[in-house]
Amino acid sequence: MTNAKRPTLWPWLMAAIVAAAPLAAQQADDAGSASTADHSKFEALQKDFASGPEVTEACLSCHTEADDQVMHSIHFKWEYEHPETGQLLGKRNVINAFCGSVAGNEPRCTSCHAGYGWDDMRQSSAQAQATPDCLVCHDRSGQYTKTATGAGHVPLDPVPEGAKTITGKKAWAVDLSEAAQSVGQPTRANCGSCHFYGGGGDNVKHGDLSSALYEPPRSVDVHMSPDGENFTCSECHVSDRHEWAGSRYNVQATDPHGTGKPGEKRRVATCESCHGNEPHPVTLKGVKLNDHTDTLACQTCHIPEMARGGVATKTWWDWSTATKMDEAGKPYSESDFVESDGDHRHTYISKKGDFRWEENAKPIYAWFNGQVEYTTADRKIDPDEVVEINPLHGTPDGADSRIWPFKRMAGRQPYDSARNELVYSHVWGPETDTALWTNYDWSKAIAAGMEAAGEEYSGEYGFVDTYMYWPTTHMVAPAEDALDCESCHAEDGRMAGLTGVHMPGRTPFTAAGIFGLVMVLAALGGVILHAIVRLTTGGKGGDHG
Amino acid sequence: MAERYVKVYPRFERFWHWSQMVLILVLLFTGLGLNGLHDIVPFGPAVMAHIVAAGLLILLWIFAIFWHFTTGTWVHYVPTGQGLLRVARFYVYGIFKGEKHPFRKAYWRKHNPLQALTYLALKLILFPAVWITGVLALTYNFWETAPEATFWAGLVSNIHLLAAYAIAAFVIAHVYLLTVGHSFREHVRPMITGFDKIDLTPEEEAYLQADEPARIRPR
Repeated sequence: MTNAKRPTLWPWLMAAIVAAAPLAAQQADDAGSASTADHSKFEALQKDFASGPEVTEACLSCHTEADDQVMHSIHFKWEYEHPETGQLLGKRNVINAFCGSVAGNEPRCTSCHAGYGWDDMRQSSAQAQATPDCLVCHDRSGQYTKTATGAGHVPLDPVPEGAKTITGKKAWAVDLSEAAQSVGQPTRANCGSCHFYGGGGDNVKHGDLSSALYEPPRSVDVHMSPDGENFTCSECHVSDRHEWAGSRYNVQATDPHGTGKPGEKRRVATCESCHGNEPHPVTLKGVKLNDHTDTLACQTCHIPEMARGGVATKTWWDWSTATKMDEAGKPYSESDFVESDGDHRHTYISKKGDFRWEENAKPIYAWFNGQVEYTTADRKIDPDEVVEINPLHGTPDGADSRIWPFKRMAGRQPYDSARNELVYSHVWGPETDTALWTNYDWSKAIAAGMEAAGEEYSGEYGFVDTYMYWPTTHMVAPAEDALDCESCHAEDGRMAGLTGVHMPGRTPFTAAGIFGLVMVLAALGGVILHAIVRLTTGGKGGDHG
Repeated sequence: MAERYVKVYPRFERFWHWSQMVLILVLLFTGLGLNGLHDIVPFGPAVMAHIVAAGLLILLWIFAIFWHFTTGTWVHYVPTGQGLLRVARFYVYGIFKGEKHPFRKAYWRKHNPLQALTYLALKLILFPAVWITGVLALTYNFWETAPEATFWAGLVSNIHLLAAYAIAAFVIAHVYLLTVGHSFREHVRPMITGFDKIDLTPEEEAYLQADEPARIRPR
């Protein structure tokens, strides 16, 4: 039925997309060719800018409301009040299983803030008078970047020795004028320069967001590949007043609405927004597969593995082994993991402890209704159990619950062993005498981190095992690479152990299964016995005469 | 009474029997795989084969039910106590003593009482149990919002499984009993040629010879 509708819908949808000129512009190789404005002709932009905030000021001379919009977005606030749980989340507040927290490590972590100059998490970005950064999202010159440790600021002439960019490259002097005159709608490169490097390196955090997605082959991502749909991120993460569809704290886990009417504004970044709720063709197999869509997220079958395309993701981070020194008493590192693209990745660093990596990794699967809770620093933990940094909500019977794929980040991280709470730690700080990566002293680093976050700390710490979950939703594979039925419908399939779902093929020896087999074996045994007795007592048995 | 070779399995009945056999074997084989006991056929193709075979079998059964009622052949399956115990006694005792099978096939009673009762149970209990639960399982998405749907789905699949295993047990006994008495080949032949040795009354014999000569073999 969906198929019958689609031919009539698509032309309208396509027309709607083409009519939205800015959207079309991002597809075009020649930036701005479909736009009605050529920013290189704007006088306000034809000057030598001395800093990023000066460019923003120039942008605002025409786009008068843009700063107001941006400053209300999560990209700028790094704060999110969860409407269901009431928890105050966002990078400004949460503790994660990677470098731990922004608090205490600001100029390093806020290098990826969509603003300039936020260097203290105790103040909101607005209180800190940070200036929105238009260029990080809108630059189309390709030479705009931010300094890795500069609280969002840009490397400018003269670039200090050893300075790096947010993607870990040797920093260069950005030409702000060229960047300002190049602006357009965001490309994969704009979003990727921060989001592909979450956790401090390529694909460290997400597993499904890496530099492989700048120009992915179709096998890695059908939507983003130039050989596929060549989508930019905002093709799905549609924006309205600089706020984007798609949230990791409050995921739209089902989309019963499906595709909208022609030209209708979509506000959710779900697969169903475009593909509808009956995405498979009306064949016997397709109908059977459509039966699964109320139980399985599309991603579950269509992203068979994460960290594809040659970039591994970090799956284990043991902070408890950090601060070891070599024979000479110096910090050292080991890089024993080799990616398929040939890059070596750290397996130990004195600063950070032990790492494990996985490439083409199988996700784990869990019931999920989109709600994510956070073990914030005020919550008590049980150090004898694995602490879930962000427990997922969802039950088999839940209305919005479906089975989703996740990257499960595992590790060991510091906690307050007297208060049984997770801690913030001050890891980055080349100039301080408390930062872990400078002084290799946990007690100082945690005390400083807790102070920076405004939290109480007992002074005693230990290390606790943690899990952190990352929904796997990018890197959608071509249909022919989707999981086969038997990936799950098998005894040791991918969903072994997942409860609350009837899945034929997974448990052949249930009570009914065993009873049935006994019945068959009894029949077989009975006739064999009958035959033996017949043969031993004289012949074939009676004839009809 | 005269014993004559009479066509008691007309063409449709033979077609029904053998296509049913093939479909049941396909269903048992793929079903065992779907239940996780083997992976000779991948799960997806096995599901498709199972659904297609089940659909064909249900269609076949619809025709067969129609045929039974329009031709009156349903009377062969009416249960009778007459001779039932004797046949049962034969299978558990007399057969080992070399006794003769106590049942003589009649024109309107081509199955022995035990056989007729078994087939009736198969048709009225096991087959409906398996196809009703199969259709319910296949259409789960239409009733999954019903209260306690997960519990009912589990029950449906367990009944399906048990009925299927019971049918498998029947197949084993059915094939084994072909070796009892006559040779296996002689037992199978009527279901191929349609002709079986039947005790005819003089009236039946006279009627067949006069009105349906093609249904009775010359002496």
